[in-house]
Amino acid sequence: MTLIELIPLAILGGVLGLDVVSFPQMMISRPIVAATAGGALTGHPMNGLLIGAALELIALETLPFGASRYPEWGSASVVGGAIFASHPSQPSGAMTLGVLSALATTWVGGWTMVKLRQLNAVWAGQRRDALEAGARGSVVSLQLMGMTADLLRGSLLTAIAFAALAPLANVSINSWTVDSRLSRCIVVGIAASVAGGAAWKLFHSTLGARWFFVGGLAIGLFVLFVK
Amino acid sequence: MTAISKPLDSRPAPSLPFRTRLAMFIRMLAIQGAWNYESLLGNGIGFCTEPALRLLPGGVRGPAFHAALARESRYFNAHPYLAAVAVGALARAELDGEPPERIERFRTALCGPLGSVGDRLVWAGWLPFCSLASLMIFGLGGDTLAVVGFFLVTYNLGHFALRIWGLNTGWNHGLRVAVALGNPVLRHGPQQIGRLAAVATGVAIPLALGRVIGPGRSLIGVELIAVALGSILIVRLHGRIEGWRLSLVVLAVFVLISVIR
Repeated sequence: MTLIELIPLAILGGVLGLDVVSFPQMMISRPIVAATAGGALTGHPMNGLLIGAALELIALETLPFGASRYPEWGSASVVGGAIFASHPSQPSGAMTLGVLSALATTWVGGWTMVKLRQLNAVWAGQRRDALEAGARGSVVSLQLMGMTADLLRGSLLTAIAFAALAPLANVSINSWTVDSRLSRCIVVGIAASVAGGAAWKLFHSTLGARWFFVGGLAIGLFVLFVK
Repeated sequence: MTAISKPLDSRPAPSLPFRTRLAMFIRMLAIQGAWNYESLLGNGIGFCTEPALRLLPGGVRGPAFHAALARESRYFNAHPYLAAVAVGALARAELDGEPPERIERFRTALCGPLGSVGDRLVWAGWLPFCSLASLMIFGLGGDTLAVVGFFLVTYNLGHFALRIWGLNTGWNHGLRVAVALGNPVLRHGPQQIGRLAAVATGVAIPLALGRVIGPGRSLIGVELIAVALGSILIVRLHGRIEGWRLSLVVLAVFVLISVIR
């Protein structure tokens, strides 16, 4: 892998990492978008969409509530999408390793976001007097510094994660022993279990939600077996 | 949404120049740019109200501007989309020359409702619904453009409508904006969206499973039972371990077994 290949991914990861909290929160950082974009950059958007759907099921559980610590899906999904899409023939284990790489990156990404918030607090503390005096330059520069740092954070995270995990994924795929279909079943089964649990937590207090869910499930199963 | 926001303040809302309103709206997209554990959203509120505060007597060099900007940049917490209500209302209060202590009390009172309403409506309602609906389209065989396009367009219709409504409502009502938070969309929206999302969950999960696994149904039945049991396990483990962490551990073990054996 060359630097020229890594730079576009790093920029994409930075932009999508920025979207998680800082700017513009249009949810281009959601896995179904970000992994597809990562796959598209590697030349295989459909592969990106496949892994993006699996990651989106897992990401349903983690919603960006206020000051809580949550995983950073934007940069991580670019990494997962790019790793899976760089194996266009979808060999055994490729999806498992793509999802695992994204999960590992999202874990580190959540930690880097906490560090960034602490850094923002340090910068705000250094400008406390100016902010108390209503200095326009300090308010604007603090905002711009935070966003720039977030962009850099996402770019560096994507570049480091992809550079470290893509070769590991290649080696593991070559040694993979489990059947391709079974591997996929395990990955998507885990993802769907997380989604099912997340949906229950989100909607069980809504009046009648369980009946709406049962109705939806009946439709989903009917379409699945008729298709 | 805007049709509901009739001004309740006895004074008619003064007009805000279009360029100022646009600048405030664009800045609101970056309201969390300097989010930190001390002032939370505070600096973002100052950043977003700043274009309007320039209209205070004396402009950016006047004492009124500096006093107002200092006030608006202090601690504040709210949902980032619904913070638009606060941005509009606080800008109006400052330009109306409301007493500083009244503005301070108003800021404090606004934090809680704008946080909880926004979290329920957007993070726990609209976002999961849009996500599940796009997974449903994916499961039905939609291509990348259909799935990603549907998600981004649908989600952001709600997102931008909420921000625009918030800014207009805040500006039109000023310090009386609390009444506007009784808007039926904010009160009943989470329940209705919750029901739609419950339907979407039921449809999306089996269809998405089917598409990712690929052709052939031999494994689907077993897989669906495993998913149901897995979901129950995730619910039972609520508060002890998050699903994504559990997934990370289980997949790491699976990779080790698959590679080493």
